[in-house]
Amino acid sequence: MRLLVTLLLFLVPVLGVWTFWTAEENGWWMPETVTTYGPDIDYLFYLILWMVAFFFILTEGLLVWFVFKYSKKDDTKGVYSHGNHKLELLWTVVPGILLLVIAFSQMETWADIKYRGNLPKTPPIAHVWASQFDWRVQYPGADGEFGTWDDVESPHLFVVPSDEDVVFILHSRDVLHSFFVPAFRLKQDAVPGMAIPVWFNVDKAIDEEGAEDKEAIRLYDLICTELCGWGHYKMAGRVEVRSREKFDEWMAEQEANVMSNGKEDQS
Amino acid sequence: MSEAIQDYDPAVDAPAHHHPIYDYDSGPPVDRGKFAIWLFLGTEVMFFTGLIGTYIVLRMGAASWPNPEDRLAVDLTALNTFILITSSWFMVMALQAIQGGDQGAMKKWLLATIFGGSVFLGVQVYEYFVLFQAGALPNVDIFWSTFYAMTGFHGFHVFVGIVWLICAYFEAVKGEYTKENYLRLELAGLYWHFVDLVWVLLFTIVYLM
Amino acid sequence: MSVPPIPSEGSAAASEGLNPRAPEGQRKGLGAEGSVYIEHDHHELSFIKKYIFSVDHKMIGLQFMFTGLVMLGLGGALAMAIRWQLAWPWTEVPVIGELLFPATGGAMSPEFYTMLFTMHGTIMIFFVIIPMLTGAFGNFLIPLMIGAPDMAFPRLNMIGYWAMVPGLFFAIASFFVEGGAAAAGWTAYPPLSTIKSAAPGSMSGQTYWLLALTFSGISSMAGAVNYATTVVKMRAPGMTLMRMPLTIWSLFIAALLQLFALPVLTAVSIEQILDRVAGTGFFTPTNLVVNQLNAEGAGEAAGGQPLLWQHLFWFYSHPAVYIMVVPAMGMASDILSVHARKPIFGYKPMAYSMMAIAGLGFIVWGHHMFASGMNPALGMTFMVSTIMIALPSAIKVFNWLGTLWGARIKLTSAMLNAIAFVALFIIGGLSGIWMAATPVDIYIHDTYIIVAHFHYVVFGGTMFAIWAGIYHWFPKMFGRIMNERLGQIHFVGSFIFANCTFYMMHQIGLAGLMRRTADPYAYEVYAHLQPLNEFISISAFCLFFWQGFFVFNFFWSIFKGQRVGRNPWKATTLEWDAPSPPGHGNFDRELKVYHGPYEYASPLVDEDYLQQTRSVN
Ligand code: HEA
Ligand code: HEA
Ligand code: CUA
Ligand SMILES: [Cu+2]
Repeated sequence: MRLLVTLLLFLVPVLGVWTFWTAEENGWWMPETVTTYGPDIDYLFYLILWMVAFFFILTEGLLVWFVFKYSKKDDTKGVYSHGNHKLELLWTVVPGILLLVIAFSQMETWADIKYRGNLPKTPPIAHVWASQFDWRVQYPGADGEFGTWDDVESPHLFVVPSDEDVVFILHSRDVLHSFFVPAFRLKQDAVPGMAIPVWFNVDKAIDEEGAEDKEAIRLYDLICTELCGWGHYKMAGRVEVRSREKFDEWMAEQEANVMSNGKEDQS
Repeated sequence: MSEAIQDYDPAVDAPAHHHPIYDYDSGPPVDRGKFAIWLFLGTEVMFFTGLIGTYIVLRMGAASWPNPEDRLAVDLTALNTFILITSSWFMVMALQAIQGGDQGAMKKWLLATIFGGSVFLGVQVYEYFVLFQAGALPNVDIFWSTFYAMTGFHGFHVFVGIVWLICAYFEAVKGEYTKENYLRLELAGLYWHFVDLVWVLLFTIVYLM
Repeated sequence: MSVPPIPSEGSAAASEGLNPRAPEGQRKGLGAEGSVYIEHDHHELSFIKKYIFSVDHKMIGLQFMFTGLVMLGLGGALAMAIRWQLAWPWTEVPVIGELLFPATGGAMSPEFYTMLFTMHGTIMIFFVIIPMLTGAFGNFLIPLMIGAPDMAFPRLNMIGYWAMVPGLFFAIASFFVEGGAAAAGWTAYPPLSTIKSAAPGSMSGQTYWLLALTFSGISSMAGAVNYATTVVKMRAPGMTLMRMPLTIWSLFIAALLQLFALPVLTAVSIEQILDRVAGTGFFTPTNLVVNQLNAEGAGEAAGGQPLLWQHLFWFYSHPAVYIMVVPAMGMASDILSVHARKPIFGYKPMAYSMMAIAGLGFIVWGHHMFASGMNPALGMTFMVSTIMIALPSAIKVFNWLGTLWGARIKLTSAMLNAIAFVALFIIGGLSGIWMAATPVDIYIHDTYIIVAHFHYVVFGGTMFAIWAGIYHWFPKMFGRIMNERLGQIHFVGSFIFANCTFYMMHQIGLAGLMRRTADPYAYEVYAHLQPLNEFISISAFCLFFWQGFFVFNFFWSIFKGQRVGRNPWKATTLEWDAPSPPGHGNFDRELKVYHGPYEYASPLVDEDYLQQTRSVN
């Protein structure tokens, strides 16, 4: 039993570290990030990963070692100790400082991404409406104003320009939903009754093969991550990133479509 | 590891079905019942915190909030509040009476407390009745939703308090309370004061603010 | 803490008939101090009084335990159905498929999947883990470990159990009402949970769900008042606060958590019920359109806020996760110390750190809402408090390791499970740091990393501690000991399969797969996760069936296990002074406590343990 238990406990950190080590090549890892703030988030993720990995290996390692060493048959008494103040102080202060470091290192990135005051000063490019179970994107159309007859509506597909700050307003018509684009490191719940401004800036152009190509039209999965009913699992959308010119082309096309539809209506 | 297990000796180890009961008293010199009732009142505080918190958050978040004076009969409720506070005072008198050993006075004050509480509840039922007649139902708007939730649950607490006091009255009639032992009356009193206190708070924030 | 003197039999206090434990009305004196000897009338109780409407804390504890185990089987079965769907979506569910879904040839519907995880989470948390820890162990252990004859209010204690039964009824019955069981997740976020047309489970199922929660809340409340009063007022002479076993500390702290957090959940549950049945609008914003219909049922009043529910729900449910782990920590501490034959390392820091966890636990609830649209500035404060909660947890982990250092470990089944508790709690706790970090949580919120995190703490942590507790206190419960060989087999399999099941969820979550999804392969990008999901599911099935060893061992040992005496583990705490199992009234002699709870390897005596009641000069 003693050896078996030691082995089991030993396998926990070993296999644990191994799965994380090999995860990337197995595809069990975060997709490469393409936004400006993505690398900041990834940096913090790795910072915590290393810190946590250290304590993981340390504590699990000690556990294995102690279980192995002190479960030998032995009729003598164990060490009669009720603690050690110096040691206790050490393992209170050191993790305490590390934890504060972790906490404070998060703040700037969080404020940059989420604080309303730090929102880019560009006007919102679109309103994104979530409802059971689809996404609708509403662009202002030719007149640049939302809620007018020439608004461009795009179901499921959110087309945005690359290399510039994109601000949009997130809404829900019915229940909670959540706007999640893994490659953007962006997630925000859509709440009925609230209009939540969200921003991102896709500055890294990688196509499906991972090659750098500024001109390519890139598609990213838009995933709903807040339970919204039976169809939650398939509430998929797409975000399409285009260079500014190509974006303008697309927009012009859409506006022309709306115009011609409008004419039909009037006739 | 089985050597860790002592041999079983039926002579000493056979389980008995009953033991004499050794009961100890530790900790602060308050009676168990009173200790428990204070804990219970703590939970009640949190319960009303939940309800009142809801009210505050919704009111702060609302685009506009009606003036309570336009919707509620504040004067009548002010009078009602006075009645409830008076009943709390009656309760204090009842306790004082029994502390002085005066069973008769205690019973009288207890009846007065019950009467005060009942009047309060009656007026509240009347208020609801009038409001319902006027179509002010909980599903009309968020003002009424929060109004009925808070006052309704408070009214329910008053009702429980009255029932509790009536039980206490019957015990008083049976002569269960004496100058030395009136703990159960005290517990009922604590609850009653708590219910009154919550009302003063509710009256202030729902009717006056 | 002063120690009240013990009046000997026939002393003034006893002869005056001071009896603080007598039903309140018949009590003769107030605030009586000291111990009282009460002659007990020895009549036999009828079957109903003894086993069903019992007022004996030990029987009530066992009632909670059996109920919890049966519900564990049910919650586990729901988990198996979840795992089937995730590995092989839309295929025929074995065994029950034909029966439940004849229309689709045995495959489950997406609606049903949403009900599955909702009820799995609800049952596991509210009807397995909490009743097992506070209900079963709390009831059984508190009076025994502090030397009391019973709980402070035995009848209230009985009501506590029976208040849970309607809750069980509503939880189970909800599967059979129109539209099926609740389907809005165990967190029941409105408006999905309040608008009837939003989800089939939001018809009556959700109302049943809310009622189930309310009754389980009343049950916990009755228990918590009782536990706190008992611990404060009924300790044996000499049992000062700092001589209480950590199990008692932990159960006491959990009771306080319940007392101050649970009423808020009751209040919001009632508000949600009102939204659903009376048309109030607490959680329904203005202008909702669901399925092209105006929101029917709920929110006629409108003007409410969906986020309000989240705040108040988590104000309870975050402390609830510590209600689910603090007693497990306490029990694991006791078991580690007993079977390591060594005093607990740093007793006081252990007790204080549990208090710190509980106290901080009240101000961190917002960490579940970083992505919810809550004011981001609030997120900052919630992040700092959450991260700081790791500090007392770190202290506990290091103290457990300190306890094992230089020990003489006996690898009993109880000990194995307690060691596993430490090993797995570390994993679950460490992944919590990621989530606490707001920017990182943007990515991992609502992915399988969260699922991995909380299964490591509740299953890896708490479930293993519960098993440890059952193996350890089984002799006291039934006077017999569980079979060691079977216990070890059970442990090895559970440990392997639990890790295989839950560790790989980190990987799926990192790849970005969201939770609560009926079909992970609806997105092309997740298609490659199928083999991993299959592996997880197969491990989960093995884990489930492996519990057969435990179930068999448990029932077999109740009747056929080896009989043991009072103190089979040579442990020091008071419960081992009583006969196994103790009769009504618990102890057959008067107690006085002389030592702390963990005097193992003490140089004062020859044996390697010094019982709390043994005086040495
Ligand atoms: C028993 C239950 C339990 C416990 C104990 C915990 C413990 C912790 N939890 Fe967990 N949690 C849950 C149950 C639990 N949780 C559940 C059920 C959910 C999901 C709810 C839902 O959405 O359905 C959840 C979700 C959850 C979230 C929300 C995630 C999201 O939805 O986006 C967060 C975020 O902060 C979080 C954080 C933490 C932290 C920081 C701890 C800390 O207490 C952990 C502290 C412990 C350690 C850190 C390990 C030991 C320490 C060391 C080895 C020392 C060295 C370490 C360092 C210096 C870092 N948890
Ligand atoms: C609190 C405890 C708890 C426990 C113990 C478990 C145990 C398990 N859980 Fe679960 N789980 C939750 C709490 C818990 N879970 C919660 C809160 C959620 C979130 C719900 C939500 O999103 O709303 C969740 C969600 C959840 C999901 C995510 C669903 C989704 O998001 O789509 C998955 C997926 O794999 C899962 C799997 C499992 C598995 C395989 C087990 C296995 O460990 C189960 C193994 C089975 C057993 C251990 C039972 C054995 C018992 C017997 C055989 C009978 C014994 C009987 C007698 C002695 C009489 N759980
Ligand atoms: Cu929309 Cu999930
Ligand atoms: Cu939490």
